[in-house]
Amino acid sequence: MKIVVLAKYVPDATAERTFASDGTVDRTASAGLLSELDEYAVEQALQIAEDRDDVEVVIMTLGGEDAADAIKRALQMGASAAIHIIDDAVHGSDALATSLVLAAAIKKAGPDLVICGMASTDGTMGVIPAMIAERLGWPAATLGATLSVTEDRLMIRRDTDVASLMIEASLPAIVSVTDQSGEARYPSMKGILAAKKKPVESWTLADLGIDAAAVGLDAAWTKVLQTTPRPPKEQGRVVGDEDGAGSAALVEFLAAGKYI
Amino acid sequence: MSGVLIVAEQVDSNVSKPTLELLTLARRLGEPVAVVFGETDDAITKTLGEYGATRVVFVADSSATEYLVAPKAEALGQIAASVDPVAILISSTPEGKEIAGRLAVKLESGLITDATDIAADGTTTQSVFAGNWTVTAAVTHGIPVVTVKPNAVTPELAPTEPAISEAEVSISDAARTAHIVSSEPKESSGRPELTEAAVVVSGGRGTGGNFAAIEELADLLGGAVGASRAAVDAGWYPYAYQIGQTGKTVSPQLYIAAGISGAIQHRAGMQTSKAIVAVNKDAEAPIFALADLGIVGDLHKVLGSVIAEIKQRKM
Repeated sequence: MKIVVLAKYVPDATAERTFASDGTVDRTASAGLLSELDEYAVEQALQIAEDRDDVEVVIMTLGGEDAADAIKRALQMGASAAIHIIDDAVHGSDALATSLVLAAAIKKAGPDLVICGMASTDGTMGVIPAMIAERLGWPAATLGATLSVTEDRLMIRRDTDVASLMIEASLPAIVSVTDQSGEARYPSMKGILAAKKKPVESWTLADLGIDAAAVGLDAAWTKVLQTTPRPPKEQGRVVGDEDGAGSAALVEFLAAGKYI
Repeated sequence: MSGVLIVAEQVDSNVSKPTLELLTLARRLGEPVAVVFGETDDAITKTLGEYGATRVVFVADSSATEYLVAPKAEALGQIAASVDPVAILISSTPEGKEIAGRLAVKLESGLITDATDIAADGTTTQSVFAGNWTVTAAVTHGIPVVTVKPNAVTPELAPTEPAISEAEVSISDAARTAHIVSSEPKESSGRPELTEAAVVVSGGRGTGGNFAAIEELADLLGGAVGASRAAVDAGWYPYAYQIGQTGKTVSPQLYIAAGISGAIQHRAGMQTSKAIVAVNKDAEAPIFALADLGIVGDLHKVLGSVIAEIKQRKM
């Protein structure tokens, strides 16, 4: 069984995140990393690989040179190999073009299963798995809090606000898993050393038969008009709770706002 | 006037508040055409009409409830082809965003998710990077497909007599592949919907797993209860109540964070609240930088006294 895990290289959420002058995410302002939510996808793939003896876990990343860091991390965690789709023309692509490139790359890689995180931590749209499924005509079992796989089928549990759903689909299929699916492992020393010898292929748009004019900022079907930093919040009042001063202040605050 | 397709969400045998918000936003762009997945229903038609829907289209195909997402997107694609709308607005729920993504591919249209506003010219506003930036954007190709966050606007009455129709859609086998084999309903908390509540009281690691005071204060204020990821990961409160990047985004009038340090992942889910109160033992907790009122102290002690005082006043 071949599993492809989509892994995105994103700016660190705990650092200052900004926009470049063309309205795209500034990916050079601070060091990036493997999107935390994609670590859950890698983890699920590795667990499947541990339960069976015929599984190959291939990391697939679309991004610039720096995105090799995300691939490295996923390989250190235990993935077998990686595909780095790298092409300057991709810069500024919207979700439509991103899903176009990834769908073509998945088709070329020919996996039985694609596992994604629930969303990226930068764009946070959470639409790529559904868009890829739409393009490939594959089943999409998305937002799994659990994932189990047999020879030719998979099952997830998807929790909504009102119900807990069990969803079944046949392979090949695409799934996404949430941060409820199980904590992602840290790379072991053995994993870190082994990662250095694992194969990483580079694919360009030409390898995928995609015209460079179909992707990138100029081909995007949405346009960012303006990006504005949120004005810093005025420092509020901070009180201690000596002799109940804190609770008194809260009661007063609630009364002033007519909440009580 | 041109139609604007909106997807109605059902809750408690009528439509949700975010659906009414979509109608109000849609009226800025054209005449709202509401699509409802289910049998023709007079109560739903009446509500949609009160908020300005000029047409209500019911889709009764059972595929929509038997299979995940894809049948709804396919049905909407077919309805869009006949209505030829100027825009399609969908609630920013996980399902709504996936429907929107698939529709954008089908219709070869630009997609914008998690809008907090949309102007008459179609310009959207989004709050990004954990609420630290505001972005305005527009779709430049095809029929704009936009998902809208709850509380983007106050629903406005605009009574009309909607035309009712039942759409004949044909759902392909390809859309019937992610089979919903079972659905276990969740118990209702009886509290307001988290994303719609005017007041949210949230607990984090500092609760030590005891949410009694959080729940009692929420009930006294008519609010909803939320939880930080730390509290959910510890198994203290269900995931459905998680606020933050991987949970719900809330923007209430008043947000009370108790025992929550305020990691970036949490701030992403509550930063746009109108007023923020934080109670935390650690004076250095980053949540205090956001708070209009910060109280450095033990949350059980502080909330306990506040609850007693409110009860006293209510007597």
